[in-house]
Amino acid sequence: PDGQEIDTRFLGFTVSPHEECAVEEAVRIVEKHGGSTTVLTLGPAAAEDQLRDAMALGIERAILLETDGREWDPVATGEAIAAAVRADESANGAYDLILFGNESADTGGYQVGIRVAVALDRPIITGAKGLEVGHGSVVARRETPRGGAWESFELDLPAVVSVKEGINLPRYPSVPGRLRARKKEVARVSPTGRRAGPEMIGLRLPQEERSAAEVIGRGAEAAPAVADLLERIGVLRQEVRQ
Amino acid sequence: MSGAVLVFVHVTGGEPDRLAPEILTFARSLHAPVESVSFAGEVATAALGTYGVSTAHLIRDERLAGPTPEARAAALAQLIERTSPVAFVGPGSERGNELVAHVAARLGQPMAANVISASVEADRVRLVRQRWAGSLLEDAWLAGKPHILTIAPHAVAPEPAATPTTPAVAAFEPVVSEKDFRVRVRPVETSTKTGISLSDAKVVVGGGRGVGSSEGFGELEELAALLGGAVGGSRVVTSNGWRPHADQIGQTGLRIAPDLYIACGISGAIQHIVGCKAAKRILAINTDPDSPIMAVADYAVIGDLGQVVPAISAEIDRRRGG
Ligand SMILES: Cc1cc2nc3c(=O)[nH]c(=O)nc-3n(C[C@H](O)[C@H](O)[C@H](O)COP(=O)(O)OP(=O)(O)OC[C@H]3O[C@@H](n4cnc5c(N)ncnc54)[C@H](O)[C@@H]3O)c2cc1C
Ligand SMILES: Nc1ncnc2c1ncn2[C@@H]1O[C@H](COP(=O)(O)O)[C@@H](O)[C@H]1O
Repeated sequence: PDGQEIDTRFLGFTVSPHEECAVEEAVRIVEKHGGSTTVLTLGPAAAEDQLRDAMALGIERAILLETDGREWDPVATGEAIAAAVRADESANGAYDLILFGNESADTGGYQVGIRVAVALDRPIITGAKGLEVGHGSVVARRETPRGGAWESFELDLPAVVSVKEGINLPRYPSVPGRLRARKKEVARVSPTGRRAGPEMIGLRLPQEERSAAEVIGRGAEAAPAVADLLERIGVLRQEVRQ
Repeated sequence: MSGAVLVFVHVTGGEPDRLAPEILTFARSLHAPVESVSFAGEVATAALGTYGVSTAHLIRDERLAGPTPEARAAALAQLIERTSPVAFVGPGSERGNELVAHVAARLGQPMAANVISASVEADRVRLVRQRWAGSLLEDAWLAGKPHILTIAPHAVAPEPAATPTTPAVAAFEPVVSEKDFRVRVRPVETSTKTGISLSDAKVVVGGGRGVGSSEGFGELEELAALLGGAVGGSRVVTSNGWRPHADQIGQTGLRIAPDLYIACGISGAIQHIVGCKAAKRILAINTDPDSPIMAVADYAVIGDLGQVVPAISAEIDRRRGG
């Protein structure tokens, strides 16, 4: 492939673990198959730090769709990203693969990647925990809903895939990587997108009814008290060891 | 406009799945007739009638029986255009969110994921939805024709309708193009993993940074084996490579609901807690009596897990005459 786009999100400056894995996956794909990588986010000026973190891991280019810090809804975000991808592709060539996180950490809308894929008329599969890029296509694997098995899908390139934490173990940035990233340019673009909702009214903490823990002992001497507890709640009833 | 609430009900072996009662109960709270739609040849209508479904739309196209979100969304979008429901509701499971987001994107309508309650007010819906896997709630307005939402799993208590209905079955035959099948489904590979799965285990022994190394998990494995349970861990443990990611409990890992969760050397960060708070009981083993896990656990042992865990195993062995 000659291009990847990795998409991460930084609202409240939280890059979701899924997105960190998307960045890592892109770097690995290019290490294996060649090509180039770009990282893109829609967020406030300060999101530049996270774009540089991605460049420190080996991403080459970065695009910041700079907002004033207010939250953008998922429809507007999807439109803005799709428009930015189109503009970038007409200037710099098409992306073979666009990676997203499965869901953002903070808003958890479960939709931006799908909206971008539909807008760009490209195939998408979500929740990938394995990716294998081949000639002209990519195979994505994910766990079946009940677990214990894997379903897999083949998508012709150009394609869109959203990934989940666990697809890889992201590397730590090297010192030279960090230094290089500091010098690189971040392209800034003003995003455009139609606001359509959901429109946030406010945030609050759920009511939880758990009270403080009862301390049943200290150190190794607590073992009998723990065993009593296990008996009382019925998890020590029968001999379970084979 | 039919003014109904159209609910996507996942059907396996002719039966609505376990989330169906929750989302149908939610749908009734919008005070409109409730219709369901499923990709299935047949459905147990009594199960739907219990929750007040008036019409059960069935899409029998064999090609839509498997995991083909794009093609399924094309079919659902056509049914929505045909019946003009006031709202379209699906389960907030991974696959439910994927399918419903495809429908919303295709129709160019907004969508709210993981909603826990809502009311229709004029041409908008006022709703409460989960963020951060439920550790934060958002109040929001949602427009859209229809209003498109998914319901957070296990947030709505299922309640049968006051008067059960006898749903009429309506076959719907969508026109789905070849292009909507462009994501090619390959054969399912079964995993070779053996033993009790973390999701099904009645007892889960969880380890965090306090375990210190992958070798440190030996003691936790031993205790889990004695209790017929499974071992899991925090994100620190999986990012350090001490355990595979499949063992991670929390926001970006598994949500578990065992009878007992034993949290060893885990501080109790909210992103971890959302994965284990459904446990009936939590026992924390931690050196720090002020660790946030103490506010979440039911019981605690203050001490070094390296001493406490083997002592518990030895005590169990002793009581069993081992
Ligand atoms: C978007 C997002 C998603 C996340 N998803 C997840 C997730 O899915 N799962 C998850 O777990 N985390 C998740 N996290 C990370 C989470 O915020 C915490 O960083 C993590 O859970 C902390 O792990 P820990 O409790 O093992 O480590 P720490 O917070 O470092 O706690 C270690 C604990 O061990 C105790 N301890 C140390 N030594 C001993 C000893 N010898 N004996 C007994 N106790 C000892 C300490 O007192 C302390 O309480 C996520 C974070 C973000 C931002
Ligand atoms: N503001 C944003 N900037 C860049 N990517 C985003 C943004 N919002 C969402 N995404 C991407 O879309 C994925 C799904 O987000 P969401 O639909 O909010 O759950 C995230 O994991 C990101 O990869």
